[in-house]
Amino acid sequence: MLNDLKQYLREDKLKHILCSGCGHGTIMNALVHAIEKCQLDRDNTVIVSGIGCSSRIPGYLNFNTLHTTHGRALAFATGIKLADPQLKVIVITGDGDGSAIGGNHLIHACRRNIDITTIVFNNNIYGMTNGQYSPMTPVGSYASTAPYGNIDRSFDLCKLATGSGATFVARGTAYHVTMLTDLIVKGIANDGFSVVEAMSHCPTYYGRKNKLKSPVIMMEMLKKSALPLTAFEKLPAEKTEGKYAIGVLHHEPAPEYTKEYDRVIEIAQKGAN
Amino acid sequence: MSRKKAVITINYDWCKRCGICAAFCPTKVYDTDNSGKPIIKNLDACVVCRMCEKRCPDLAINVEEVK
Repeated sequence: MLNDLKQYLREDKLKHILCSGCGHGTIMNALVHAIEKCQLDRDNTVIVSGIGCSSRIPGYLNFNTLHTTHGRALAFATGIKLADPQLKVIVITGDGDGSAIGGNHLIHACRRNIDITTIVFNNNIYGMTNGQYSPMTPVGSYASTAPYGNIDRSFDLCKLATGSGATFVARGTAYHVTMLTDLIVKGIANDGFSVVEAMSHCPTYYGRKNKLKSPVIMMEMLKKSALPLTAFEKLPAEKTEGKYAIGVLHHEPAPEYTKEYDRVIEIAQKGAN
Repeated sequence: MSRKKAVITINYDWCKRCGICAAFCPTKVYDTDNSGKPIIKNLDACVVCRMCEKRCPDLAINVEEVK
């Protein structure tokens, strides 16, 4: 099966630089499966990323790819989509890149509802720069800049995206790969801004600082913490600590930005009355 | 109904010995050696669920079903 997907990979660039057991690799695997399911045309698909471990991934994918500046992947992607609206644009970003440095770009891309699929690889830490805590690091977790435990409350990125106006919001994990693939497929199919938060794990920094000794233990953590939305909603409030819902969390169609923009162009070309 | 048969190939050049394939295989097809390298121990047990292939962070496993 995987051999059939090799057309989507730059085999000469693999193996990748990600650490042994990194959840990002699994999510990249799910993304490739999702692209195969969607039968995306390689020439009409653009994959854009910012900076970070996750943002290295477009380098291994055989599409038109763009590795941009920190946090600005969505700004570049918006430009690409507006320049040629028939392109399928996928943005790969991390929790630091997407919610901290690029946080403003994220909420405004959600608000505009431009047809871009954003996959946020959330490993709860800045992995590339030695494990500083990010806005997605849970309270009480340890990081190299939080040696006594993190006191900053973390974002709920899915709620943030929903509140900002994204029309498709979903969360999956590196453990539940089949579901994650389906969520990415649905995200790509949505005509509007889609956010898929993919829960990942960083064995090298997050794992080491938080006494989660192996990628296998970290994957078991993902399995334990993630609950399907319906099960999560039934859980009494006191039991939700450390748990999160997975699945499609929000889907509400709204006018898509490039189509609205085309309408403006049409009106402008008719001339002012 | 006869059981599905599989051919599993592991690309050891890409594999980083994380042990995820062996740990989460529902039918315990894999074993690992001291370095963590996965070894196909019990191929007959494989039910071609492809979870190892899908979870492999290094895209190093290929599972083919043989008829």
